[in-house]
This record gives sequence, C-alpha cells and structure tokens, in this order.
Amino acid sequence: MTIALAATKKETVQVGSLKVQMLKGGKGSPLLVLHREFGSPGWIQCLEELAAKHTIYLPSHPGFDSSDLPQWARSVRDLACLHLWLLDELKLSNIDVLGLGFGGWIAAEMATMNHKAFRKMALAAPMGVQPKEGEIYDQFLVGPLEYIQTCFHDKTKCNQQWGSQPTVDQLEIWEINREMTTRVAWKPYMFDQSLPHLLPGVKTPSLIVWGKEDKIVPASCGKQYQQLLPNARLETIAGAGHCVEYEKPSELAKLVGDFLA
Amino acid sequence: MHLMYFTEQPFGSYPRAEAEKFGYSTTLFSNKHFDANEASRLYNERLEEYLYAEEVGVDGIMLNEHHNAPYCMQAKINIFASILAAMTKRVKLVLLGNPLPLSDNPVRLAEEIGMIDLVSKGRLVSGIVRGSGGEQLATNTNPAFNRERFEEAHDLLIKAWTQPGPWRWEGNHYQLRVVNQWVLPYQKPHPRIWVPGIFSTETVVWSAEHRYPYIALNTTLDATKAIWKIYDDAAARVGYTAGPEQRGYLIRCHVQDNEEKAHQGGKQFMWMQGEFLGKSHPYWTMPSGYGSPTTRKQRLGAKKAVAPPYEQQLETLQIIAGTPDQVVKKLRVIMEQTRPSILALWANDGGVSHKDSMNCIRLLGQEVMPALRDIGKGLGLKSPFEVNSPVSLAYTPKDQLKPVPASA
Repeated sequence: MTIALAATKKETVQVGSLKVQMLKGGKGSPLLVLHREFGSPGWIQCLEELAAKHTIYLPSHPGFDSSDLPQWARSVRDLACLHLWLLDELKLSNIDVLGLGFGGWIAAEMATMNHKAFRKMALAAPMGVQPKEGEIYDQFLVGPLEYIQTCFHDKTKCNQQWGSQPTVDQLEIWEINREMTTRVAWKPYMFDQSLPHLLPGVKTPSLIVWGKEDKIVPASCGKQYQQLLPNARLETIAGAGHCVEYEKPSELAKLVGDFLA
Repeated sequence: MHLMYFTEQPFGSYPRAEAEKFGYSTTLFSNKHFDANEASRLYNERLEEYLYAEEVGVDGIMLNEHHNAPYCMQAKINIFASILAAMTKRVKLVLLGNPLPLSDNPVRLAEEIGMIDLVSKGRLVSGIVRGSGGEQLATNTNPAFNRERFEEAHDLLIKAWTQPGPWRWEGNHYQLRVVNQWVLPYQKPHPRIWVPGIFSTETVVWSAEHRYPYIALNTTLDATKAIWKIYDDAAARVGYTAGPEQRGYLIRCHVQDNEEKAHQGGKQFMWMQGEFLGKSHPYWTMPSGYGSPTTRKQRLGAKKAVAPPYEQQLETLQIIAGTPDQVVKKLRVIMEQTRPSILALWANDGGVSHKDSMNCIRLLGQEVMPALRDIGKGLGLKSPFEVNSPVSLAYTPKDQLKPVPASA
C-alpha cells in the first residue's frame, strides 16, 4: 500500500530546461530511488522502512509521471545523464542508490558514466543487458494492466495496489510512461548492447536482487550483472515476481538496508 | 471524377476458427495457418481482376499494404504496382500508400517509386501513409517517432525527386551522406501525392497545408464533412481555396445483378470489420506513442469500438450493396453531400469468389462508373487531373496564394 506521510514532501528540481518532480522523505544518509517504467510508486511500505535510516530521493524520470518530457531523448543513457545532472543540482555525490527494474538499468548506466556517483548500488531485477537465456517480456504486446499484473507473482497483490479496473487517470499516467519508455527502450527492446562492456569498469559495491518468480526479466540477467560488475553479489527473494518492492517489501528493505549499513 | 477500384486483397480462406480460438487475427496470430497454394491462387486472381478493371473502364487501381495479418496480403504495394505498371496500359496506379515511417531509407523508396512511374509512363499516384499501429510492431518501427519520421521522410522523398544530387541529408531520423540516385520519376515535378486516412486531425491539416488531396477512408458522412471543414480551413490559412480536387473518399460498395447476391457479397465486409474492430488488440492497433498526446485521455476513456450491424451500416451508407441502379442512387447522396472528385470503390472482400468479383467489376465499370461520371459532371466534381491542379503547395505559384489568418 502507498502510505501518506507528513514527513514526505514533493519538490520540483530544475534540470536544464526540464522540471523534474520528486518525492523526498525519511532521515539519514541520502538514498536515490529510481522507479520502474510504469512510474513512481509513491511512498510505499518498502521505502517507508528504508526511510528509517535514509533520506529518500524519489524523482520521476524525465518524461515520466508529471516530470517534463525531453522530446529529444532517445536512450536510457540520456535519462541516466539527466539523473546525474539532477544529483548535481541536489549537490549529492557518492550516495547510495536503489534501482527498481527499469530504474535499475538507469542506475547502472549512471554508474558507468561516473564511477564515483554511487557509494553503494542496489539493483532489483534491472533491465539493460541482453539475456543470455530467455527474453525480456515484451510489455508492448499487452496493455499496461496485463503487463503490471505479469510483474507480480501474486496477482491479488497487484489488484490491491491499483484495483482490477484502474481509473482513466491511472491509465493516463501509465500511458504517458509507456510512451516515454517507447521513446528510449523500443529497439533494442529493454537492453543496450554496449552496457555489458562498460559494467566491468564500475567498482561500486553492488547488490543484485531477483524475485525468484520474475516473469519479466530472466534470472540469467541477474547472473550476468553479477559477473560483469567486479564487486557484486546476487540475492534471490522467494515468492516474489518482478515487483519485489511490492510483493516482499520488508524482505527487500532488510536486504538493501543491511547492504547499505 | 477519378473513379478507382479497390480491394484489400484478403486471404479470405484463412482458418477463421483458429483466429476465434486465439482471440485475434492479426499481429500474433501465427502464420503457420498460411497456405502457399491458396495465396498463389489469390494473387493471380487479383491480377486478373485488376486487368479486367482496366478493360471495363475504371480510371485508377488503388493499392494499399498491411503486415502480419490475413486481412490484407499486400506486403509491399510497390511490388504489385511494378507488376501492374508493366501489365496495364491506361489506368492510374494509385498507391495509398507507402508507409513512410517504416522505411529506414526513404531514398531507396524514392528510387522504387521512380522506377514504377517510369515503367508505367507517368501513371503513378504516390500516396503516403504513417502505417497503422500493427505495422509499427511488424517492422519494429518506434511508434513514438512515427509522425516525426513520416514528415521527415516526406521532405527527403520530395527533395530526392526534385533537387539534383549529389547532396547529403543529415536529419533528425534519417542521415544519408550521398543522395544521388540515378532513378527519377517520369512525372515532373514529381508524381502526385495523395494522403489517405481515417481522420487524424493532424494528418488532415498536414495534407491541406501541403495541398495534397486527402482520401477519407470509409468515414461516416458526418465525419467526412468534419474532415472537409478542417481541411478547407487549413487550406485557407495557407492561401488557397480547397475544392473537390482535394477531396477523396473510399466507400465499401459491392454490386451484383440482383439484390440477394449483392447482399451476400456485401456481408463479406463485416468479416473485414471484425478483423479491424472485433478481433484487434487495442495496443496492437494503437501502440503507446503512436496516437496524438492531445487525444490520449479521450482514447483511454473510450469504449472498444464494435462495428454496427450490417443493416445499420447499409442505412448509414457505411456499406453500399445492391444492383447498379441501387448503388448509384446511394453513391449520389455521398457525392452530393461531401463533394469528392476522387472516389474509390472498395468492392470485393472477405470470401467473395473470383467469379463474383469479376462480375462486380464488370458492373462497376460498365454501369455504375458511367453514371457516377454524369453525376460528378452535374455537381462540378473535377479531379486533380481534370483541373490540372498543382501537385503541392510548394509548386503553387506564389502569386496565386492568399493566406487568410487563422482568426479571420
């Protein structure tokens, strides 16, 4: 469930010509959280638990939710560049990051461009590398609800979050986010052929987390990330699909919290 | 009037029960159900029908293309147009049209179209389209850049036809460093360009702003009138008065010697509508990014479109079926109310047999079209060829343009 907390606040950050919307909350060392391609999760339980020891920065990627659209952007690397710029505007460096799925791909790209951007990097089932076995599920062959339901091992948990018949307002946000995802990740679909060659330069201590029942990004990608990043360990969470943060919020918060401690 | 014959070239005999079972008949419906013998027969029958259409007097043969679906077997209109360029003598070959965004090299397209125009000795109309949603998936073309690619490919195509090379093109979506193709069209300054569509305001305005005829694809009478209002206003803004020569219309119209037989064939159009509406997946028809952001919310809130029953479509003139006299009477209403000078008769589809298709074509050519020409004459509906209208706004003499500000 999304939790409304007085301690969180919405901020607008100017990144070049773009206004980026951001949710901020918690107390402690900064933790950048990069959301999935269907949009910012808001203040969910997993983040609430992490916020006990971290100040969480949860920006909506440029072009997603209500952040301004960079008409020119063509790649996830472009988004990663903008997020590095955002960190600069926030005067944050050498901080921790949690990247969720598509957001994990953005985090990895950021790390390849600035090896000092992150102190520690936690990636939950990131896209970004071409699977050696299997294929990344093609969300553009189904509607947004069917895709998001497929991101869950337990569909009822998905329906608890958004209902089985989402509102037109929710559909519109998903559609805006799908449009932006289309702009940057259509072809090749959800991976970058040069990323595997750049990851070995990232010495940042990294935690790769995979839901055991992930039907979106093959588990082989987890192993690839672990092998490509020189300082990474891979953990699996049972009973979770792609959306680990929704399905096993405490387990993910604990794994990430312990790793960042 | 410019009167055309059209068929979507369906694979009418595909196993429909399999599609029912699968839930869809496009995009992901497996091509394991394809039958080469049947397809070969169909292609050859279509060729025979087109040649017969020329023989019985149609002015033009309209061709279109789609991908990954049995409802339209033309995978590349330039191929059928090439064949017809060599096999026909008189008819215009009207491509409606080449899906520009799907091409990664519009100069290659300029060459192909140029060759067809040369072989046909200038009988080509080179229509252009964005390609439907399913086409983006079939060719892995990014739907979010569809309109940008359409407009840039168009600019490149026109330049390749009209500006002597060599030169280079460093655009947003296309980069070609040596443009100097040694195939240029027969027609000067370039083949006519027509733009078909089902009513995207942006495309209607874009067509008007280029002075390209817009071909409304079986839109309702009210929608067609709304299209012409938008078109005429945009034309006035850029300085010319739009007339029937800029107006085209495609209508489903099946004709036979007797009513019963005509409705038998007319009902085959319902199968086509099933393909488009009943069995299409909304995100295959309209992938994210393909539609205009201005209509996003309205689209998401809309109920899934379902084709009205056959009888209702006969009443609203969405489908016309009958004997020659009956269909002429109904087509007259459309011509009077919407004043197109370009009329495409979408005559045979679904499972209409070759024999019935040939009879339909005979009646169209020998009885329906002569009557329509008389009606068109009475209504002053002169085609772009009859009035020799400029091929585009860019080729309209400047002193003939008198732009009217939008607020006027």
